[in-house]
Amino acid sequence: MKPAAFEYADPASLRETLDLLTADKGIVKILAGGQSLVPILNFRLVQVDRLIDINNVGELDYIRHDGEVLRIGALVRQADLERSVAVASAASLLVEAVGYVGHPQIRNRGTIGGAVAHGDPAGELATALVALNATFHVDSTRGRRAVPSRDFFLTALTTCLEADEIVVEIEVPIVPQESGCAFVEFAPRHNDFALGGAAVRLDRDEDGSVRNVAIGLLAAAPTPVRADEAEMWLLGRMLDAKSARHAAELALTAADPTADVQGSAGFRCEVVGAMVRRALLVANERAT
Amino acid sequence: MRDRSISVRINDHTHDAKVEPRMLLTDFIREYAGLTGTRVGCEHGVCGSCTVQLNGRPIRACLMLAVQANGEDIRTIEGLAQSGEGAALDPLQQAFHETGAVQCGFCTPGMLMTLDAFLRDYHGGIPDEQSIRVAIGGNICRCTGYQNIIKAVQVAASVLAVSH
Repeated sequence: MKPAAFEYADPASLRETLDLLTADKGIVKILAGGQSLVPILNFRLVQVDRLIDINNVGELDYIRHDGEVLRIGALVRQADLERSVAVASAASLLVEAVGYVGHPQIRNRGTIGGAVAHGDPAGELATALVALNATFHVDSTRGRRAVPSRDFFLTALTTCLEADEIVVEIEVPIVPQESGCAFVEFAPRHNDFALGGAAVRLDRDEDGSVRNVAIGLLAAAPTPVRADEAEMWLLGRMLDAKSARHAAELALTAADPTADVQGSAGFRCEVVGAMVRRALLVANERAT
Repeated sequence: MRDRSISVRINDHTHDAKVEPRMLLTDFIREYAGLTGTRVGCEHGVCGSCTVQLNGRPIRACLMLAVQANGEDIRTIEGLAQSGEGAALDPLQQAFHETGAVQCGFCTPGMLMTLDAFLRDYHGGIPDEQSIRVAIGGNICRCTGYQNIIKAVQVAASVLAVSH
């Protein structure tokens, strides 16, 4: 369980990184936190020709307010997200979600950009970012482009990134203080891969009814998805146990979980439904 | 694959070597630096027996390449206690010893490197059982059933509280 041989480069700038990405004809992978990639290399599920280690590309490590959005550099460690006062006040859903990622040791190295590029349908950050309508900025020698998070994930572990592209920034619209957010997931063991989860952001009108709601589903489909039907049905309604239950049922129309030894598709749907219901009720409580 | 020259500080001692980029940090620590306290368990980041501290933060050494540790500061289990003859064990190690938190000892170095950082960051007296269970969620023990490990952490925390 050791990696096969590869060429190794550790550029110090984004420019150098982009040039390296275009230079090669073989299998080239970006190494950031390595918490998903190195196990894959150790198992030899993938054998790369070249590894581009971007841990010295300091210009990708930042968290800053920019008007109505929060800009998070791709290299920001998950542990730093967890501790960030800026993220806690502007997008607390991310802080709640990242606490479920792996274990503290994983989060000390894992990065937000890596989590996004990995595209795990059970990825807590990916799901929370989809719920928050985040935009992913992607760069290459051909230029930079902005991809809405909803369009970024194609299927399990597959994103729309081209071979010469790298995620450079995650842009998150700032969540107002009055919004209520909640992230819930269910796993056989704490911090294990979730069987189902939900990321919710909810805004209420003066009369207490739902003005706006986003529901991201985790481990419910080959990619993180939004429960569009449930979101639309909730608009203008009062959220209580009954409406939460109905919304959860509607959310399952967006679900298409893959069965495996950990759970059948039916069981996974039950779990996802329960998580949606819980997350809606908690988010509603937290909204002012 | 071309070898790279690296210089890694482990427990305040600098190790210089030429290594293949694919060499894992676990193997560098064990083979090159001769420090076998750090274990190789699953080699995919789930068991925690390879846990060391990078700049004070617990990480999986099996998920880091040795070349990535160039110029960095690593602390392994061998660096936890004070060095020198007759030196005392770290309070956490002493507590593990007293409460029976060590059976086969395979998970112990990884547990200690995780818990050392946990206690250092924990503000608020003696950690409760739930906080400790969450803290060691990334370290698997097949022998003890964890209860004596939890007790050891609380004992160590009270020793440290008294000494401050």
